[in-house]
Amino acid sequence: MSRRVVITGLGVVAPNGVGVPEFLASIRQGVSGIRYQPSYKDLHFNSQVSGIPQFNWERLKNYVSEITFHGLQGHALGYGIMAALDAWTDAGNAVGGSDTLWDTGCVFGSSVSECDVVKKIITRVDAGEAKKLGSRVIEQMMNSSITAYISGRLGLGNRIVATSAACATGTQAILMGYEYIQQGVAKRMVVGSSEHVDPYIFGAFDSMRILSRKFNHAPEQASRPMSLSAGGFVPGSGSGALVLEDLDFALSRNAKIYAELLGGACNSGGQRNGGSMTAPAAPGVIRCISDAVANAGVNPDSIDLISGHLTATAADTLEIQNWCLALGRNGRNFPPVNSLKSMIGHSLSAAGSIESVAAVLQIIHQFVHPNINLEDPNPEILRQIDIGCLPTTMVEREIRTVAKANFGFGDVNACLIFSKYNQNG
Amino acid sequence: MDRRTILEELKKVLYPYTENKELLQNIDDHTNLVKDLKINSANLVDIIIDAEAKYNIEIDFDSAEKIITVGNCIDAIAEKIK
Repeated sequence: MSRRVVITGLGVVAPNGVGVPEFLASIRQGVSGIRYQPSYKDLHFNSQVSGIPQFNWERLKNYVSEITFHGLQGHALGYGIMAALDAWTDAGNAVGGSDTLWDTGCVFGSSVSECDVVKKIITRVDAGEAKKLGSRVIEQMMNSSITAYISGRLGLGNRIVATSAACATGTQAILMGYEYIQQGVAKRMVVGSSEHVDPYIFGAFDSMRILSRKFNHAPEQASRPMSLSAGGFVPGSGSGALVLEDLDFALSRNAKIYAELLGGACNSGGQRNGGSMTAPAAPGVIRCISDAVANAGVNPDSIDLISGHLTATAADTLEIQNWCLALGRNGRNFPPVNSLKSMIGHSLSAAGSIESVAAVLQIIHQFVHPNINLEDPNPEILRQIDIGCLPTTMVEREIRTVAKANFGFGDVNACLIFSKYNQNG
Repeated sequence: MDRRTILEELKKVLYPYTENKELLQNIDDHTNLVKDLKINSANLVDIIIDAEAKYNIEIDFDSAEKIITVGNCIDAIAEKIK
């Protein structure tokens, strides 16, 4: 029997909205979460804008025990705990039961450790004060810290996997959760990713000269995917989380079903054929999208919306070309394409999960969120697809199938195919 | 500083590590930190670090290992601040 995987819960902590209702309102209206960061000027960064969630740290007291809260430092942990637990309760589940949930697991990713937290350790150790670090440091420095906190709070007893695949992390984590359910390993998976770009990580990207640096005076205009004036990406922070469920399991507990995850694919271009540490190889990307479409069992012509990776670098043009080749569609026959990064920047590992939450919301509420800051679409892109494929205001239309892809350093690719849930299959 | 004063101060140190705050009301020398107060044993080092910072003292590893009850805590602190 082929198992179907549905989405029953959503949680999000994004620069333009904490919690699904605020986030939904923002992506409908094209609200930017990018702000000027005065401290970046003092640090002599070329780019001085970023997307940081308006996160009330005290609210975490409603999510973890007081003992856990005391000593919790990692921002990405805080974002991830909130998004995952929000998704869990959104799916109609209680938090903090005494039983181990053997049918439910967690795949949650991140791309980098928080240098802010590491710095505190380094400072103590170098001062000969390792003794004062205490018991709470390792649990927040483990690569698996986020899955340890989430699974512990919820009592999850199935596969607990912390993942990392740079900017494809979130998309890949969702696909892994899907696969565990498909294979019959788990009935339910909490999936997503979380990221906090602190000044040390930001500085390292700034030094690569791939960040948007010409809009420090107008931060909301700084992230400009697919535009001629795009001059690099804007780092963002946050977390997205989904609860994936075996359809029969969801039906048996009368869960509300937001959408179906039809399938996906994940691969690497092998850093060959134009691929490198930092650039995706076209053959890998095309293969990934084609495989995802085939795995989902959909016709490429049935895709109603593409949620692109589209970071606002020179790679945008190549990405559109890859979508055209993979789907065999171009010009007016190309579906609408949008980049959430125009509003919230590029939140690295969290991009895939936050954008997937947005993709599901666009299916639930039947709309296409706008691409903001796209007053001057890149002519190289318009040579491939019609300008009508690039909505700059919210469009209400029928959205049955969404393709969501992300591509990361190391030439890793991941693509998901979401669909409106149809009880007849 | 008498033991009674140290005990009252110690309650503040133990507070963030004790899930059930009511348990702190009637603690005495014989209260076992892990068994009676249900404190996670991993947090005992944090309690010692907090106490060290509060009284500006150093409790060595060997002394710390002997801290099982509230009385042991008070002994270790009283020893260092006298």
